[in-house]
Amino acid sequence: MPESRLRIPKTYKLFIGGAFPRSESGRSYVVTSLDGAFRANAALASRKDVRDAVAAARAAVPTWAGATAYNRGQILYRIAELLEGRRAQFVEEVAASEPGDAPSTVDAAIDRWVWYAGWADKIAQVTGAANPVAGPFFNLSSPEPAGVVGIVAPPDSSLLGLVSVLAPVIVTGNTAVVLAAPDRPLPAVTLTEVLATSDLPAGVVNLLTGRTPELAPWLAGHLDVNGLDLTGVTDPELATALERDAAENLKRILRPAGPTDWTAEPGIERMVAYLEIKTVWHPKGV
Amino acid sequence: MPFEYAPAPESPSIVDIQSSYGLFVNGEFTDPIDGERFKTINPASEDVLAEVVAAGPADVDAAVAAARRAYENVWRDLTGRDRAKYLYRLARLIQERARELAVLESIDNGKPIRESRDVDLPLVAAHFFYYAGWADKLRYAGFGETPLGVAAQVIPWNFPLLMLAWKIAPALAAGNTVVLKPAETTPLTALLFAQLCQQAELPPGVVNIVTGAGETGRLLVEHPGVDKVAFTGSTEVGRAIARSVAGTRKRLTLELGGKAANIVFDDAPIDQAVEGIVNGIFFNQGHVCCAGSRLLVQESVAEEVLDSLKRRMARLRVGDPLDKNTDIGAINSAAQLSRIRSLSEIGSQEGAQRWSPPCELPERGFWFAPTIFTGVSQAHRIAREEIFGPVLSVLTFRTPAEAVEKANNTPYGLSAGVWTEKGSRILAIADRLRAGVVWANTFNRFDPTSPFGGYKESGYGREGGRHGLEGYLA
Repeated sequence: MPESRLRIPKTYKLFIGGAFPRSESGRSYVVTSLDGAFRANAALASRKDVRDAVAAARAAVPTWAGATAYNRGQILYRIAELLEGRRAQFVEEVAASEPGDAPSTVDAAIDRWVWYAGWADKIAQVTGAANPVAGPFFNLSSPEPAGVVGIVAPPDSSLLGLVSVLAPVIVTGNTAVVLAAPDRPLPAVTLTEVLATSDLPAGVVNLLTGRTPELAPWLAGHLDVNGLDLTGVTDPELATALERDAAENLKRILRPAGPTDWTAEPGIERMVAYLEIKTVWHPKGV
Repeated sequence: MPFEYAPAPESPSIVDIQSSYGLFVNGEFTDPIDGERFKTINPASEDVLAEVVAAGPADVDAAVAAARRAYENVWRDLTGRDRAKYLYRLARLIQERARELAVLESIDNGKPIRESRDVDLPLVAAHFFYYAGWADKLRYAGFGETPLGVAAQVIPWNFPLLMLAWKIAPALAAGNTVVLKPAETTPLTALLFAQLCQQAELPPGVVNIVTGAGETGRLLVEHPGVDKVAFTGSTEVGRAIARSVAGTRKRLTLELGGKAANIVFDDAPIDQAVEGIVNGIFFNQGHVCCAGSRLLVQESVAEEVLDSLKRRMARLRVGDPLDKNTDIGAINSAAQLSRIRSLSEIGSQEGAQRWSPPCELPERGFWFAPTIFTGVSQAHRIAREEIFGPVLSVLTFRTPAEAVEKANNTPYGLSAGVWTEKGSRILAIADRLRAGVVWANTFNRFDPTSPFGGYKESGYGREGGRHGLEGYLA
């Protein structure tokens, strides 16, 4: 191959309903690498893009929540396999996006995805219960996905942080609308290319790039969104305003008290936050 | 020829109602600092029962401060085994004085003595008994062993003592102290419970009871000194509370309204289903957040079910809550009666057909005859809004898919019922219903071991069972 071959740059787009549209607003914004060099024009998503993404996420709920836990686990594991295959690309993009040891960060992200994939068919046994009621009744409590979850991804950890907030939401059967880290969105967009080729049904994950203060309020106030993860909102006043907006339809909210160490093994809290417990009663008799 | 019953009233003399009550703060009944007094009445007679306090800001401050002191100085550091012993004491005291509490509940609330005696009180004692046993076993529950601190708890008037138990028992078991506000129309059993706390020699300040209306509740949940807010009541108030705690580190659990579908398939055992429909909507005058207020009946059996339901409704006895034969007692308040009347009139205006059995209602007090609406569409307000009274909206469906779609067509998601003899259908429908509790071939069953709580706008968090501890541990 001649050394002078011109590189073909990639257009970084949104990911909505399994497709890769540009923002309907036609806007984009410049993403630079750590040293300030131009990397790409990312799509600058709008309110309409948020609404399209929520509609796609809602449409995907019956299929994804209705899939067997085994099937969800298989698909998530498949995603990890594809992440592994693109490891070099992620290392390059993460290295350009954030300080730190990019190879080990990417390895941790892939391992995190595998960790969560394994939870698909175990979380119900850990969080469900057979209840010994005082009467002749079968009484079983089981977790179910809450529905559509809006996620503001961590701004500082473009891949490991993103994986750490996204995988726990979808492994249990929720669908997601993700706002990627605004200043370093490229690893997130590349992740969506993995998702698009991994048997994950269209609409289970929808990802927008753009400005958090512009997009997050539409997500927080949307009445067809059931849960909201505010982990990536760094401005406390904005986070409080979003919590208030989310109260309108009593969204399940996750707002960590302090910074999260993304390298530490997570507990089950991020899965539990978007699970509902359903209790079914039936009389026993012959 | 109607079947006549002789009146069989339970004697009110078992309970001694004082003419006036203070607040229960730091283990003592205290006069208000800045609260004003108001009267609580018997909804079956409109007679004044007692004067109670609408706690003011300084009263709420004092109660929260007492709870904080008790938390930091006593309760937090008590062994789980000793917390358990106090809760077992309370459970036993409730059992010992169950009849007295049941009679008082029926007098203050209007619910039939048969329900307060046979449902509410046994469940109240069982709830304390259940969580008593958790107090020294928290490490096995999986939510950590660290309490949150002071819990602000606001409860409704439909199951006054039972909701108190659902709130106080898990909070104390987990090591929190509480300030509880009972509903303004039903404060008396909570105040009698305060006396039980004294008999149990519960350390002062571990349980504090502040009476009052919505304003007292607002002062309590917005108080900067509380770490946890637990509320049972309307979705409207729940929303306001969720807004008010935004940006604080207070933990919040909400158990809110509902508009449950009770689905009857054509292969259901009709007689049992009719009993379930009646229990679903007329239990406790329909003052039940999980009431089966939307009957979805398969078209092919709609006529048969409705005929049978009407025959059954004609046998329901409405009247004196203290009469052991009474099925439907008094509506809890004039305000609630007016809401039920207003929504029922709207039901007629919107084109649904209203039916009630012939029913003589007492002249004094607040009463509403059991009522059904047929020809209800999903857009009707009586199919969408929580009426919280003995009013059933009847809709029909043809296929299981249509039943599920209609059942889920509500912003609420607290409970649902399904009636069919086909086991695989029960399991498939139960999977698809977006509700926190699904009763199959039964309805309105409760148990301390069984988690209860809503999806969607019916709130979040669970009460009962191991899950009920989660909202009280860090």
